[in-house]
Amino acid sequence: MRLSLVGISHHHAPVEVRERVALSLTESTALARELGSAVVLSTCNRTEVYGVGDDAEARALAALRARGGEEVAARTYRLADHAAALHLFRVAAGLDSLVPGEGEILGQVRAAYEAGVPEALLNRLFHDALHAGKKARAQTTIAESPASVPAAAAALAQQVFGELGGRSVLVVGAGKIGELAARALAARGARLVAVATRSRDHGAELAQRFGATAVDLDELPAQLAVADVVVACTSAPAFVVGREHVQARRGRPLFLIDLAVPRDVDPALNDLDDCYVYDIDDLEAVVQTSLAGRRREAERAEAIVAAESERFRAWQASLDVVPTIASLRARAEAIRSAELSKAKLSAEEREAVDSITSQIVNKLLHLPTIRMKEAAAAADGVFYADAVRHLFGLEDER
Amino acid sequence: MAELLFWPALVAYGEAAFAYFGEARRPGLSGRLATWGVRIGWLAQTALLVLQAARADGFPWASWAGSLNLFVWLVVSVYLVWGCRARYRLLGLVVTPLAAALFVVARIGGGTDLGERSHYSNLFLVLHVGLVLAAFAGFTLAAGLAAVYLFQERRLKRHDATILRLPAPSLETLDGLQARTILYSLPALTLGIAAGIVRLEEDGGGIDALMAVTAATWFAYGGYLGLRAWGGWRGRRAAYLALAGFVLVVVVRLVLTGSHFG
Repeated sequence: MRLSLVGISHHHAPVEVRERVALSLTESTALARELGSAVVLSTCNRTEVYGVGDDAEARALAALRARGGEEVAARTYRLADHAAALHLFRVAAGLDSLVPGEGEILGQVRAAYEAGVPEALLNRLFHDALHAGKKARAQTTIAESPASVPAAAAALAQQVFGELGGRSVLVVGAGKIGELAARALAARGARLVAVATRSRDHGAELAQRFGATAVDLDELPAQLAVADVVVACTSAPAFVVGREHVQARRGRPLFLIDLAVPRDVDPALNDLDDCYVYDIDDLEAVVQTSLAGRRREAERAEAIVAAESERFRAWQASLDVVPTIASLRARAEAIRSAELSKAKLSAEEREAVDSITSQIVNKLLHLPTIRMKEAAAAADGVFYADAVRHLFGLEDER
Repeated sequence: MAELLFWPALVAYGEAAFAYFGEARRPGLSGRLATWGVRIGWLAQTALLVLQAARADGFPWASWAGSLNLFVWLVVSVYLVWGCRARYRLLGLVVTPLAAALFVVARIGGGTDLGERSHYSNLFLVLHVGLVLAAFAGFTLAAGLAAVYLFQERRLKRHDATILRLPAPSLETLDGLQARTILYSLPALTLGIAAGIVRLEEDGGGIDALMAVTAATWFAYGGYLGLRAWGGWRGRRAAYLALAGFVLVVVVRLVLTGSHFG
């Protein structure tokens, strides 16, 4: 059985081409059904069709061409068997992503698998790919470090407070980047309590989305007295948060994330005990270091993925000798049964001889079966299978 | 026989110390090797202590070096409560080199030998030596936590871009654990000192330098808890105070040895 992959991704195609074949899960299922047995993985960065059979590649290509036109067809890549499997394993581990080890792709592969129409080979392929993806993440730190400024801000806040559950977040300004940082903090359990803007109305919408209160900048000192984390992202030309605003705090840590340019938070606050100020450059530096770390970990993850895909290849190769093994066992069983039927035995004796001869046949064929599967994994399987077919006269049973 | 247990314990502690340095450079396998080193070292040292107890006439760790051996074991035991978790491996970087070094000093002083004799009663020594050493082990761990706190706090203040590379507990966790360790250790020191005072009153004798510094240690850690509770001392100031208290522990354990033991 031939495994095939036809796909288009961010490596070879710009978004205006990829979007022509971007499919929802429902559309992916429809396409998989249209192709008979297939799994369609469609994410922001790629659309890939995994199929089985000699004509699977041609049919997948035709389906993509029909949806996206010639330009899509021209930018597709086509992989088969082990190369296709290795590619999916790398995708599941996040090694084919823009950010190595990114977390979403594993869920997307699982969703595609569940929405697809996989037969035995695809079932095993996706099962093993998901396993490889999880293993690469568990045995390396590729997915642990933050890959964006909001995620880095949240991770640094955790370095101060530990778990963020119940921690109060104050957002100063209503900018988009501030909202993203607030979201990252909220995803780790922190609670957005107030959005402070020059005019209360500006922050009302953002505050409403998080169930927080919109306040004026005049109320900043009072809000700063109770907040644990401050996200500042106004377009003010001067500092909005200064030393005088944090006098009311007594020994309680305060983590200030300044995402504004010009900066909103006086950097001198960082000199105060228990005050930590990070501006956009500091956060970018953390992200860059983190991405460099991910790239280093990617090398270890590649080794894990290669080992897992090799195991899949060995399993797939062993499938080539399965028909021969089945024929050999059927032939042996036929001979055993025929010879047993010729013997004149009582029912009790027949039962005993039947059991003994079955065991003899099984023991005789056990080692050849194992050896043939091993040879198949080492790419000699076809020669062994042909030899066995020739030696035991199994050619007619093909 | 003691040789067969001392060297594996020392090698395992030494391996753990080196592996923790490796972990600081690149987290992963080194950290796991370090944790196993501490575990194996602790098991070997436990076996050594059991053997010493079995062969001793009376309390086996009454000498200065013997008590240092027990002290190392207590420090590693308390460390193991947290040390197995990946986030606390940074603490191992402080604790394991210290444990290995003190274990060697205990060995040089004869504290790992078999067949110790003591003229004090077992009950008094268990109460006095055992409780004081348990408290000092707690203070040592608190000092380790304080050192990790200051290291992490400094990295945060300096905006060290690699801060997320090495897993470590949060500042609040380190601060809280440090305070709790001192809170649990101080009563043990109080009881240990009380046992010593009772014996002093029974047997007579004067106050030596070690006793005076031990009392100062009590006041230092008592002051730590008081300032924390009523003065709002947290974070960096509390960490410096814990380290100052530990200096007194070092003086008691390593400098003022001649006047009290023997």
